[in-house]
Amino acid sequence: MDKLKGTVHKYGKDNIDTDVILPGPYLKIHDHAELATHAMEGLDPGFPKKVSQGDFLLTGANFGCGSSREHAPIALSSAGITAVLAPSFARIFYRNAVDGGYLLPIEIERSAVEKISDKNTLEIDVDKNAILNVTTGESFVMKQFPSLIKKIIECGGILHYKP
Amino acid sequence: MTSTEKIIARASSMPSVAPDDVVFVKVDKLMVHDVSGPGVIKVFEEWAKKGVHLERIWNPDKVWVSEDHFVPAADKISANNIMKLTNWTKKFGIKRHYKYGLGQYGICHTLSHEEGLVLPGEVYVGGDSHTNTTGGLGAFAIGLGHTDIAYSLMHGQIWIKVPETLLFNLEGQLPPHVMAKDIILKIIGDIGTDGANYRAMQFSGETTKQLIMDERLTLTNMTTEAGAKNGIIDADSITGSYLRDRTHEPFSALKGDLDASYAEKLTYEIDRLEPTVAKPYSPGNISPARELQGTEIDKAYIGSCTGAKLHDLRAAGKIMKGKKVKVRTEVVPAAQSIYLNAMNEGLIGIFLESGAVVGPPTCGACCGAHMGVLAKNEVCISTTNRNFPGRMGDVESKTYLASPLVVAASALTGMITDPRDI
Repeated sequence: MDKLKGTVHKYGKDNIDTDVILPGPYLKIHDHAELATHAMEGLDPGFPKKVSQGDFLLTGANFGCGSSREHAPIALSSAGITAVLAPSFARIFYRNAVDGGYLLPIEIERSAVEKISDKNTLEIDVDKNAILNVTTGESFVMKQFPSLIKKIIECGGILHYKP
Repeated sequence: MTSTEKIIARASSMPSVAPDDVVFVKVDKLMVHDVSGPGVIKVFEEWAKKGVHLERIWNPDKVWVSEDHFVPAADKISANNIMKLTNWTKKFGIKRHYKYGLGQYGICHTLSHEEGLVLPGEVYVGGDSHTNTTGGLGAFAIGLGHTDIAYSLMHGQIWIKVPETLLFNLEGQLPPHVMAKDIILKIIGDIGTDGANYRAMQFSGETTKQLIMDERLTLTNMTTEAGAKNGIIDADSITGSYLRDRTHEPFSALKGDLDASYAEKLTYEIDRLEPTVAKPYSPGNISPARELQGTEIDKAYIGSCTGAKLHDLRAAGKIMKGKKVKVRTEVVPAAQSIYLNAMNEGLIGIFLESGAVVGPPTCGACCGAHMGVLAKNEVCISTTNRNFPGRMGDVESKTYLASPLVVAASALTGMITDPRDI
């Protein structure tokens, strides 16, 4: 896979839930571009304007807990986010992100979350499970994707994956 | 193998499976509602642009659709979503579309058990995170997003990572004024909102075996709030008689082996449990109700798939009978059939005479998206399952989660109240 490079937007708290990522009143919306304008509205209404295409979200543990709304990874991805880095993810958010081909849910150690700052530039090499903080020169290890997940990611989502 | 592992092994045609195995399972039953349904249709529209077209769904007789989150339509976008969903179910031959205003309808999870749509030992996937609820019947029931539901509709199968199982042995008699809601809030408080991430939560023990089905379903419903993939309770004679009243479909329960291995076994002495409340902003942020005594509230809400089954309404009615509410109180039965039974039992009269409003069966105020939304700084005590920031309205509103007994008692005093003190 090609390396990813982008700017970090850090929201370090644990348990950022889907009601915060994409609040309930917008569940009736299914247009991806419109959902993007409400990404992270429960935490930071200015978020969509801060993000450029290819940026990363860095958060605490259990990111995406709560409802199964696929609107959450769609909103983030349509706002420009290509990877979320966190110590752990809620399972449905993780599945949605991978199977829908929206963004990469990358698990990293909590200590790595603490060492990476807002607005740092990262380079992510999924094939080598390596993350380089271009701003500080520090490098980190990401948890390897299980083989099925990696294959689905390489297919761009579950649509083109053949069991 | 555990009960969950046995169901997955059966559905994947494997002699056995173990935690962390990734397998494709055949889906037995599938559900979408008026949020996930239009989401799934959108996925198919996107796939069509990539040259993949849905010609037929794998088995329309195994699929049902509910209208619960945004009915009655409050705006054009909701009305159009319902119209789109209705046309789609007709086009693909889905006969079970539980329509608002047309006979039985209600919250998707409530219909799954109330109508006997899911059987013990089945793999049931639903486009909603509280699909876990139906594991109370002994099924492997999991929530999925739109893409996974779309894939399942097309192929009748989906990948599953086999979860480890946490076994909760609930022992002892449930004390008066304590309900299944108190048990599950206590457990989430202990293990945390990610305490069961990627895992199955199985309930067993003397207390579980004595719980009626409505109460068992409250336990499995809120396994989602601990991050669990699924919640499960082995089917027994209570399950059998519950289903015999609702379906003629035959079933055979799959139960775990006696020597099954569990990630952890935890025992809870239920006879010492007290009425319990989860404070803002997490279902795991618990306190005994008495410690919150005197906390003023603006609203009491009795509704949702976890808190407005017939047993829940009976519990609230017992407390509210002949009394008046002091704060605005909404009661929203979880399905039309429950509403009707509650009316025939005189419960609706009790609620109305107390001053509460009774609304049409829907997801109601639970998800802060449709009706009964909270204003900034408002405080609500609710029988629902989530209290994240903004869940029931403004991000600066506050929701306390509790059993129908605690919510009803609090409605009468205008402050958080232990039902033992009424």
